[in-house]
Amino acid sequence: MYGNDIPEQPGTAGLLDEVAAAERDLAGRDHDASADPTAYFDAVIAADGKIEPRDEMPEAYRKGLIRQIAQHAHSEIIGMQPEGNWISRAPSLKRKAILLAKVQDEAGHGLYLYAAAETLGIDRAELYRLLLAGKQKYSSIFNYPTLTWADVGAVGWLVDGAAIVNQVPLCRCSYGPYARAMIRICKEESFHQRQGYEILYTLATGTPEQKAMAQDAVDRWWYPSLAMFGPPDTDSTHSAQSMAWKIKRFSNDDLRQKFVDMTVQQAGVLGLVLPDPGLSWNEERGHWDYTQPDYDELFTVIKGDGPCNRERMAHRQAAWDDGAWVREAAMAYAEKKKVTT
Amino acid sequence: MTGVDDVLALGDDALIAAQRLAEWTTNAPELEEDIALANIALDLLGQARLLLTYAGELEGEGRTEDDLAYLRGDREFRNVQLVELPRGDFADALVRMLFFALYQRELYDGLVIGDDARLAEIAAKAAKEVAYHVDHSTLWTLRLGDGTPESHRRAQEAVDRLWPYTHELFEGDVPREGWLAAVDAVLAEATLTRPSDEDSRFRPTGGRKGVHTEHLSYLLAEMQVLHRAHPGASW
Repeated sequence: MYGNDIPEQPGTAGLLDEVAAAERDLAGRDHDASADPTAYFDAVIAADGKIEPRDEMPEAYRKGLIRQIAQHAHSEIIGMQPEGNWISRAPSLKRKAILLAKVQDEAGHGLYLYAAAETLGIDRAELYRLLLAGKQKYSSIFNYPTLTWADVGAVGWLVDGAAIVNQVPLCRCSYGPYARAMIRICKEESFHQRQGYEILYTLATGTPEQKAMAQDAVDRWWYPSLAMFGPPDTDSTHSAQSMAWKIKRFSNDDLRQKFVDMTVQQAGVLGLVLPDPGLSWNEERGHWDYTQPDYDELFTVIKGDGPCNRERMAHRQAAWDDGAWVREAAMAYAEKKKVTT
Repeated sequence: MTGVDDVLALGDDALIAAQRLAEWTTNAPELEEDIALANIALDLLGQARLLLTYAGELEGEGRTEDDLAYLRGDREFRNVQLVELPRGDFADALVRMLFFALYQRELYDGLVIGDDARLAEIAAKAAKEVAYHVDHSTLWTLRLGDGTPESHRRAQEAVDRLWPYTHELFEGDVPREGWLAAVDAVLAEATLTRPSDEDSRFRPTGGRKGVHTEHLSYLLAEMQVLHRAHPGASW
């Protein structure tokens, strides 16, 4: 049976427990609209309740959420490319099936998230337009190339791992539709992360060439994954307000630390080395010390000059343009059927 | 009935069709369609794995699904040429899926009541998936054929281009009449016309004997490159 010989990964069970707890919380909430909408918003936030689509909300709360959820949805969609790059070349039929299913899940996550964003009064076509016009971003990580099969494993282990650490707190965020989407997404992401870990484990315990391939992938993906948590707290622009509105629950640096602590243990089990000579256990803090990512590189990538930014956007644009006649056909056909029935 | 080559032929059809269809991932016109095409490719890949595993067992030389998929050359593949043709546009993909899914429906209907118990079991599972593929490709053939003038033109071109390759599907035991009636019904509703069988002597064939189009070798080169670079490795 698949995966039975793969050892447990330290640190992941706790994350899934948090997702389950968030789901239980959600079930218990009652929605009780009040006479004063503004007071209601403040009261719900203060009581750790959920804001729902019909509730009044500050314009900045709505806009900020649209920006964040859209960026998240775009990341799922652009994120299909680096992994999709290996579907045709996956080295076994089982791995091909797993990878195809994973990339399909990512499209599904994109759909949930676009649907969550649409509850805030914007439509998916407009969000696509903003993405393609470069007005909305997607995660910087997907601008790095997948050069070997081991990259598929590293993306699952490190990139999905970082995504889960980032997203688990969003399962409790104050906006109901987003929190509910995140619960579903986190469960599936954690499954993907496990699969990435298994790919790397198989390589790391395989032939010397396979092990070298795994190490090389980890060397290239470690710092981009750390940078996924965003700039250090001292430079983050959206943090304070997001925290006050309970959209964001932990700072970039807190989440990054949590990820490092979890990943160092897992790398030990894999027998792979994280490419940071500065990693050392800090007894006093009870955490691993690590060397910060190169934030200049992060900003270069975010501004569009990473290795694959142009290709990723050109690919999405081409798929959109090439599909125009299909979407028009579907609409024309639907119109005809409406008239005749 | 069943020989290794018969089962390989069915497994190779599904495998190569899946490989081509998976090329749509990240390229579909809508997110919903990215999901649907990946889903169908996954179904076909699942069928291929069951069939190739069975073919390996029948052969009795210890070859696994991966040995058969990754370590045969293009002259050893037994798939029909229809499934190896290049990806083409969305009309090519969906018209090809219509032709192939309706063929697979006839095929599996026959195998379910056939005397090979193992094939009957595989066919029973696959038949449920194929029913979905038939629905999906039928709907899109209608939308494209009876959509805009542009989509009609593209759908008609796909029908014309792919039609000659459909003859090869019926060189074995699967009867063509039921398939033809089903195809005709969909094309008629989609306002598309199919070429008459008398129109052309171009009826490409040879896939079942390992004689393919020029496209298969490239497809296999890509599919097999990594596996072949690491002989004996586990993944």
